Amino acid sequence: MTIGDIKNILGCKVICCEERLDAEINTACGSDMMSDVLAFVKDQSCLLTGLVNPQVVRTADMMDMHCVIFVRGKMPDESMIELARERGITLMSTGYRMFTACGKLWENGLRGGN
Amino acid sequence: MNDALHLHYFVDGDDFTRAGEASANVKKTLRQIGVSPDAIRRVAIVLYEGEINMVIHANGGVIDVDIAPDQITMVLKDTGKGIADIELAMKEGYSTAPEEVRSLGFGAGMGLSNMKKYSDEMKIESTVNVGTTVTMKVNLS
Ligand SMILES: Nc1ncnc2c1ncn2[C@@H]1O[C@H](COP(=O)(O)OP(=O)(O)OP(=O)(O)O)[C@@H](O)[C@H]1O
Ligand SMILES: [Mg+2]
Repeated sequence: MTIGDIKNILGCKVICCEERLDAEINTACGSDMMSDVLAFVKDQSCLLTGLVNPQVVRTADMMDMHCVIFVRGKMPDESMIELARERGITLMSTGYRMFTACGKLWENGLRGGN
Repeated sequence: MNDALHLHYFVDGDDFTRAGEASANVKKTLRQIGVSPDAIRRVAIVLYEGEINMVIHANGGVIDVDIAPDQITMVLKDTGKGIADIELAMKEGYSTAPEEVRSLGFGAGMGLSNMKKYSDEMKIESTVNVGTTVTMKVNLS
């Protein structure tokens, strides 16, 4: 599915890089621990998280991810948005909690990958 | 690819929000000079883990990166509290990170083993209360 599909499924508000909604997302992961993302993520191109600090964007960048979704309606600050813009990473926010957000994406066919 | 290229960074130990800036810059440079995506990914992960460690466990320090045609060498040097038992620190899940670091998304005790896994060579030299130097190499062939 695309970032745009995820936006529709989770009713996301797009925070930046809206021009990249066509990007294809093959697998995703959900975590509040960036340590775990760095240690266990392989080719997942979308991160769902309840953590809001610049290291979320930096971690996503290091892992070549296209999209970060903040759950529970959390919103990044301007410095994070700037970091994401520079890197072309789409940031979105959904009102759903982590479990529900992941469940809805799974239900629509998105998987976690290896 | 160009001849050997050297990059040098100062890592501010007091600024968590900027931790990772050096790694991001190295990643960008490697992309510009056409290094393979797999090598870039490995360098990005090990360097970022090391840079974060310098900020959360030491007081920052300096990073030197040498890019040769066949190998990338990264040296991360800090003057922090040092690591008393390196073998123990290397164990997955071992962490001395305080709760506040965990609330920032780090401190699972995965970093050093991840650095070992994704680098082709890794060496840690550390003296308690003097500092730590981590040297990592990633092969390009
Ligand atoms: N540069 C350093 N200076 C002092 N101690 C360090 C340094 N790097 C690592 N350590 C020690 O080694 C432990 C393990 O490091 P490691 O990177 O594996 O885990 P972590 O940083 O605690 O958590 P994670 O990397 O998963 O976020 C740390 O908790 C810390 O005690
Ligand atoms: Mg670490």
